[in-house]
Amino acid sequence: MWPFFHKLGSPKWFYGIATRLMPWLLVLGLLCLGAGLVWGLAFAPKDYLQGNSYRIIFIHVPSAFLAQSIYIMMASAAVVTLVWRMKLADVFVKATAPVGLVLTFISLFTGAVWGKPTWGTWWIWDARLTSMLILLFLYGGVIALDRAINDEKSAARAVAILVLVGVVNIPIIKYSVDWWNTLHQPATFKLTEKPSMPAEMWVPLLLSVIGLYLLFGWLACLRMQTEILIREQRTRWVQDLFHVNEGVR
Amino acid sequence: MHPIRKKRLTIVLFLLAGLAVAVGLTTYALRQNINLFYDPTQIAAGEAPADVRIRAGGMVEEGSVLRDTESLKVAFKVTDFTESVTVEYVGILPDLFAEGQGIVAMGRLNSEGVFVADQVLAKHDENYMPPEVADALAKASESRDIAVEATKTLTN
Repeated sequence: MWPFFHKLGSPKWFYGIATRLMPWLLVLGLLCLGAGLVWGLAFAPKDYLQGNSYRIIFIHVPSAFLAQSIYIMMASAAVVTLVWRMKLADVFVKATAPVGLVLTFISLFTGAVWGKPTWGTWWIWDARLTSMLILLFLYGGVIALDRAINDEKSAARAVAILVLVGVVNIPIIKYSVDWWNTLHQPATFKLTEKPSMPAEMWVPLLLSVIGLYLLFGWLACLRMQTEILIREQRTRWVQDLFHVNEGVR
Repeated sequence: MHPIRKKRLTIVLFLLAGLAVAVGLTTYALRQNINLFYDPTQIAAGEAPADVRIRAGGMVEEGSVLRDTESLKVAFKVTDFTESVTVEYVGILPDLFAEGQGIVAMGRLNSEGVFVADQVLAKHDENYMPPEVADALAKASESRDIAVEATKTLTN
């Protein structure tokens, strides 16, 4: 396992693997997300109580889900940065924090749009909504801290510590609806029980979640490659990469 | 593993454990402030302060909604199936408001123990189903009721 782990730390090796993986991630991701969204938004049955407005879950749930998983992935990368000082882990955090920020924003925004007709209010300071807003600020803080420090190594460590400190927010988001009285409903999907939703609703939802995961993988690869090229621009392999391309032209 | 990395990993794990304990204790201490609303049992037990703006939440009791014919005034009972609290409200209720539906109301508890609300929000539960399924379920429980009634009359 260790040789593989160290190979993964090599930017050059990752650049090559990412180039090969990306078309698959993009095509499969678009297919899944497209199928999930079209099925969910146009063909799935409407809800007996909320009518058509419940369809926002096909956007709200995948983005909220991804926003939290990206943070967990960033926290795992932060541990790698702090313990093994692996450059690629920091590249991952830097490349994916803006994606997480955008997805958190989308989930808050779609939630507000849904909340107005369903609850009767755009916003309420309950535990779930507030902890999700904290996640948005954490993503913003990670991006800002990274920009504020010029030295690459100090920035990497400072950001990793901030990401790790923020990870305590994730279980709070997840369990806020069980621990406290909130306006937000508890989870429809639980690992141990059947979803409280028929299959013609949860299958498209699952498809959009998988699709968004794959698209995130594609975007993460793309953004990491860009970051690697910027950081490694003086190395031989990056210069070779571009001289070869010039030769072709 | 390299000893220096082992040391760093231990520090990281200690940091995480310490944070988890700190945040856990803080949220535990603040739990009453984090709760969005008081449930009817807490109000009946006198845990909710009177004449302070608070939120109360629970299910709208079946058959308890009384609408004023002249105005938008409405009164209903909110229950958690052990205790219930009467809520008075003047204004437009959200679309999802119905008997048997969860709500969260913002307002003050007056001296008679009636909750005077100035905002009523509907609380949605985690269950979703197509209208046909909901109809079928309602019909099934209706016919079961009829069957129960029929057996009662028969045995009498």
